[in-house]
Amino acid sequence: MDMIANWLGNTPDFAVPFALAALGLILTERAGVLALGAEGLMLVGALAAIGAQLAYGSHGVSLLLAMGAAAVVSLLFALMVLVLRINQVIAGLALVFFCQGLTGLLGTLLEWTNKPVKGLAAVELWPLSELPLLGKLFVQNPLVFMTPLIVLAVVWFLTRTTTGLRLRAVGENPQAADAAGISVLGYRLAAILVGAALIGLAGGYISLLSTKLWIADMTGGRGWIAVALVIFARWSPWKALAGALLFGCIEALIPQLAAAGVRLPQYFVLMTPYAVTLAVMIWVASGRHATGNQPGALGIPFIREERR
Amino acid sequence: MSNLNAIQLSGVSKSFDGFMALSQADFTARWGEVHALLGENGAGKSSLMNIAAGLYAPESGSLLINDNAVRLSGPRDASRYHIGMVHQHFKLVKPFTVAENIQLALPEGPGNHAFSGSHRQRLAALEQRISDKAAELGFSIDPRKITESLSVAEQQRVEILKVLLAGARILILDEPTAVLTDGEAERLLETVRAFARQGAAVILVTHKMSDVKRFADRVTVMRGGRTIQTLDPQTVSVPELVRLTVGESAPASEYQPAIPGEVRLQVRNLRSKGASGHGALNGVTLNLRAGEIYGIAGVGGNGQSELANVLMGLPEPCDGTLELTGFGDLRRASAEQRRELRIAAIPADRYGAALAGELSVAENFGVGQVHSGRYGSFFRLRRKRLEAEAAEAVAGFDVQGVRSLKQKAALLSGGNAQKLVIAREFSRDPQLVLVHSPSRGLDVRATAAVHARLYAAREAGAAVLVISEDLDEVLALADRIGVMSGGRIVAEFDRPADRQAIGSAMVSHDEQDHAEPVAEGASHE
Repeated sequence: MDMIANWLGNTPDFAVPFALAALGLILTERAGVLALGAEGLMLVGALAAIGAQLAYGSHGVSLLLAMGAAAVVSLLFALMVLVLRINQVIAGLALVFFCQGLTGLLGTLLEWTNKPVKGLAAVELWPLSELPLLGKLFVQNPLVFMTPLIVLAVVWFLTRTTTGLRLRAVGENPQAADAAGISVLGYRLAAILVGAALIGLAGGYISLLSTKLWIADMTGGRGWIAVALVIFARWSPWKALAGALLFGCIEALIPQLAAAGVRLPQYFVLMTPYAVTLAVMIWVASGRHATGNQPGALGIPFIREERR
Repeated sequence: MSNLNAIQLSGVSKSFDGFMALSQADFTARWGEVHALLGENGAGKSSLMNIAAGLYAPESGSLLINDNAVRLSGPRDASRYHIGMVHQHFKLVKPFTVAENIQLALPEGPGNHAFSGSHRQRLAALEQRISDKAAELGFSIDPRKITESLSVAEQQRVEILKVLLAGARILILDEPTAVLTDGEAERLLETVRAFARQGAAVILVTHKMSDVKRFADRVTVMRGGRTIQTLDPQTVSVPELVRLTVGESAPASEYQPAIPGEVRLQVRNLRSKGASGHGALNGVTLNLRAGEIYGIAGVGGNGQSELANVLMGLPEPCDGTLELTGFGDLRRASAEQRRELRIAAIPADRYGAALAGELSVAENFGVGQVHSGRYGSFFRLRRKRLEAEAAEAVAGFDVQGVRSLKQKAALLSGGNAQKLVIAREFSRDPQLVLVHSPSRGLDVRATAAVHARLYAAREAGAAVLVISEDLDEVLALADRIGVMSGGRIVAEFDRPADRQAIGSAMVSHDEQDHAEPVAEGASHE
């Protein structure tokens, strides 16, 4: 009983980075830009958050700086895909490798590695926190409670605002959007920056609020899982949140099993999220609506003066 | 106000990859007139109008609006000067509703009273405005429908509503009647003329002489990227206009009666469900004989697209059989078998279904025969042979605008893309030819060339089936005509057919179907 309560209580902590990163990816990809660089941007966010925390000691400022740092680095990606029109897959992969190297180097040079920071005090949602079994779900840090609100905001933006409509038009048919007078590159740039900020926030969450220290490559492939999650969720924020909870559940289960004395090979345990990712992808791909809802112009650079 | 120039382009030049699409073109449209821009495919009409709509930046030349020099930074800028363009290949976001598509193009601003409140409220208000405007223009449209599910004619109406609701006073229509039936085209042109009489300027890009003669106040003729002359269509004869556009007298094809042979294709009782639930095909039955051209006429959205898809082997769920003499049910034939059976298919959607835009001209030509081993085995591509034959076909079928065989097929203009498709499909002496809207968007000369090819195929003993929403084309081509309405062949006519009788057969059975049209397979980008 205790184990299940603990497990459920830990799930949101694992789910939030997935949800935030997937949300950032959805924003970017709905504008037609294939964003594979999430893993790299999460690392940038994670390092920036710890660095800022060691320097200033304010969680709010640190998380904002994590978002800002990821957005600044994503300018490089925007330059590659929007201005130079480099293949978006290559640009995304290059961004990941670049960020892995950069954060590893800076973490060592600035001596931010392995320095623990103080986490954020948990907030209790009374009286929900008194519930049997589910109570621990409602004792979380503030960002956990904010995540569904951020999802709601993104959904509202995409479906209930004219700007969101334009963003989706840019991702579906940039030629049509252009003819309607919408700045395709402007919207794509904004989508990359805001998406990167959310991904950076996801990274900052991991280092600052979850593990509470920086180690090189600490995101451990969560950015890639988020990329898969977006495909699994068919670019829908609510489905992405559900998927994030699913993956959070699985990740949270591993330490619980270990604590309960279940002996599993360590590498098998570490493999689980990826195995589940693969399984989910296969399941989605074999479904009936395999390509449904994918933004029509995803991954295709926009050039105006091409005759058709 | 009627003497004031609405828009004036002078000395405009533009090139694509070193190819001069426009050189020193001049064009002026006045307020209150319908001004036709006439020319062949690739004459530069669309390029010139894309510059007027702010989509392309000219390399040289000037643009004056209301006699003031302006420089358009983009389509939004053009819309600020009340310029709106309906493109030949529609610029619609397919998964969006009609209202959402229109909202995208609307300028923002507090001055627009209907656009306050929440997004939902604004959409609802806009839906009302769309219905009102549509009623004002004399048609009806459901603003909540997903654009993808509309027929081509309806999508065009969405485009027109879009630019008018965005406040366009200079309306540019690029080949608007190419996708419409006689009646629809007539209504559209009446509508735009009335719009011009209210003081707006309408520019009608076309290659149809009859549109020019009947609806234009002035006409500017373009040829080879230059504007040749601007004249009053009432004072010039059709042959003279043709001579100006083509540069020489147009080739006319002489009709020779058919000598039909045995039945080659038996279509039996094709039935399918359309997107809107009611039957798209309601039991199509027809016999196609060797050595004849069978034309299918009808108002768009009466099952022609679905029939074309079934015949050409494109995905289309339906029941019924297609019995090809000497083979069996054609619906079971793979694409490879279809090639072996020498079946030529020319779909309506050139860029989507007939060509791979990103591949080169030569590759597009050779793709049909790659499997047969003509261009090398599994391990080898006989590029020399492929390019030699492609070059020969490009010359033989008069495909213009090919700077290099390695150039992307997407860069070809509509008529030349069609010629390339025909060159490929006819390269193997077909026994069965299936054609959908073959001359949509094609000029006089290209249309004549396409028709000559179809006749040549007939003379060689092929069975030819032509599905077209252009009644003139069906009348000019077909030895027998089947009228399609409500997903069935409702009447058949032998040549010479009575136009009036066909017209009444087209509309007599479709009162209900016309109001609720069926999804069109063709896509436009």
